Amino acid sequence: MTLSDVQPRRRSRLAAAFSRLEGPQTMGRGPGFWAGFLIVVALASAYPLFSDGYTVGNTVYFFTWTFMAMGLSLIWGYGGALSFGQTAFFGLAGYTYGVLTINIGAEYGFTLVALLLAMLVAGALAALIGYFLFFGRITGVFLGIVTLSITLVFERFMAQTAGPQWAIGSARLNGYNGMSGMPPLTIPWPSGDIVLYPDVTLYYVVLGLVVLVYLGLRMLVNSRFGNVLVAIRENPERAEMLGYDIRKYQLGAFVIGAMLAGLSGVLYTAWGQYITPSSMSITAAALPIVWVAVGGRSDLTATLVGTLVVLGGFQALTIYGSQYALIVMGALLVVTVLVAPEGIIAAIAKLPARLRARSQKGEAV
Amino acid sequence: MALLQTSGLNKHFGGLHVTNDVNFDLQPGEIHCLIGPNGAGKSTLFRLILGEHLPSSGTIHYDGTDITTAKPFQRIRKGISVKFQVPGIFKALKVRQNLEIALQHHLEGHSLGEEIDRLLEFLNLTDAADQLAGNLSHGQKQWLEIGMAISLKPKLLLLDEPTAGMTPDETFATGEMVQRLNADGVTVLAVEHDMAFVRQIAQRVTVLHFGRIFAQGTIDDIVADERVAAIYLGEGHHD
Repeated sequence: MTLSDVQPRRRSRLAAAFSRLEGPQTMGRGPGFWAGFLIVVALASAYPLFSDGYTVGNTVYFFTWTFMAMGLSLIWGYGGALSFGQTAFFGLAGYTYGVLTINIGAEYGFTLVALLLAMLVAGALAALIGYFLFFGRITGVFLGIVTLSITLVFERFMAQTAGPQWAIGSARLNGYNGMSGMPPLTIPWPSGDIVLYPDVTLYYVVLGLVVLVYLGLRMLVNSRFGNVLVAIRENPERAEMLGYDIRKYQLGAFVIGAMLAGLSGVLYTAWGQYITPSSMSITAAALPIVWVAVGGRSDLTATLVGTLVVLGGFQALTIYGSQYALIVMGALLVVTVLVAPEGIIAAIAKLPARLRARSQKGEAV
Repeated sequence: MALLQTSGLNKHFGGLHVTNDVNFDLQPGEIHCLIGPNGAGKSTLFRLILGEHLPSSGTIHYDGTDITTAKPFQRIRKGISVKFQVPGIFKALKVRQNLEIALQHHLEGHSLGEEIDRLLEFLNLTDAADQLAGNLSHGQKQWLEIGMAISLKPKLLLLDEPTAGMTPDETFATGEMVQRLNADGVTVLAVEHDMAFVRQIAQRVTVLHFGRIFAQGTIDDIVADERVAAIYLGEGHHD
């Protein structure tokens, strides 16, 4: 085989991968959609020029949660497995980042290594838990109960680590007071390290990650893997009777989703240089479900937009009291389930096509 | 050599003996129908062959290998395929995507698209290719699932009441479909109530009653057997 034989094949594989940016599992296709996408990315890139440092830092805070939401969309929306475990992996990765960087420091780009290690730790725990869940054929509401229990056990455990004996190296776990003092993410640079404090630089890094993960997941869900995942959601018995070992696909989605929750956890921890067990409380565990359900769990774009809208609304409401904001979130979930079970953003996006179909039907009559 | 052979197959659910010492064989290339009154153990035997239930005792051999304890997906990969009684399709996905998911094991790119088009034509579903599978008529759903089952290029196709809920015309068309598949070399085992359909397709018939093989032969043998007529009228069990 000569090199000229190999290169076209490689090129065609690359082309095939990019062609999966569009497909049956994702809303949005064609030049119109991608022009809109580029405009949104351009506007998001220009946004810090017209805003102040605090607001930009606050926007980064919103962005940090979207990875966990997109991961949940993959597990629940595409794979059909309702998991309350995302916040456990969020917390685990956050604490792992803290323990690693407090002990080793931020030199030589170690914070970036710590980010990857923390995501791997979250992924490894997800693989262990997921193995017992999916190979044990735990499905439906029981999957939700078990994952919620794991999250709450982890929260309870971290909550009782206030004493000085609960330290890993020089990193005190600190119980409900939370772990603090870890360094922000730091990019090594010849003319001096770039420290990503929650302002414009961190904004661009996280925005870049949001775009990368969003596009990467679009390719994943429109691939063969994504096909099998939605097949399992629709009819697991049929999917298995097409020769797929559905347990491996469910486990794969669970681990990828957990690693994305871990990415959120690390970014959140590095953003505020702080993490507490309350980030794994029952409220924290339920909120991602609300974001993803309200947006539209079976579509990545709807999930991403929905999460940002709901988070923005939630923060605006907390000005009037965080408990009231939670009641509104609960009400929003109930309304979504009753009025637009596929998600409000997804329903709005599909509205023009539905109206067109209805008017065509009217003409036919 | 038989393509499928069960030896001394038993399945108990607590004290209930649903499958009793079943020694059953399926010859390569035949269309074999499994009939019997309600509760005869047809579905259980089916699920034992598929691996959805594991037998209490006995063995199942397929194509020369022991598959008694193999997982369902492992049996599918060996060349067994199934169409369920209630259409097991992916309702929220388009018809074309249903077939794509079934075919993507062994095909990709251009040849995948061609094979989907060929199957759609075989199944009389070309016009419905871009509809959601859940919006198809009942008969079309049954055909789509047959299409998904044969996408795997099986040696053995298991059909659980493939014509349930179909009109007589649809039933006849399904029979023709099964015969064309058989002509291409697919061995078929069908559980079926509709005797007109059994008469149309069956080369050999096995009657199950109280979990045991009660009679076996051609459809004419079975129809002529007074004992079989009696069990359908509820008189066949004398202990």
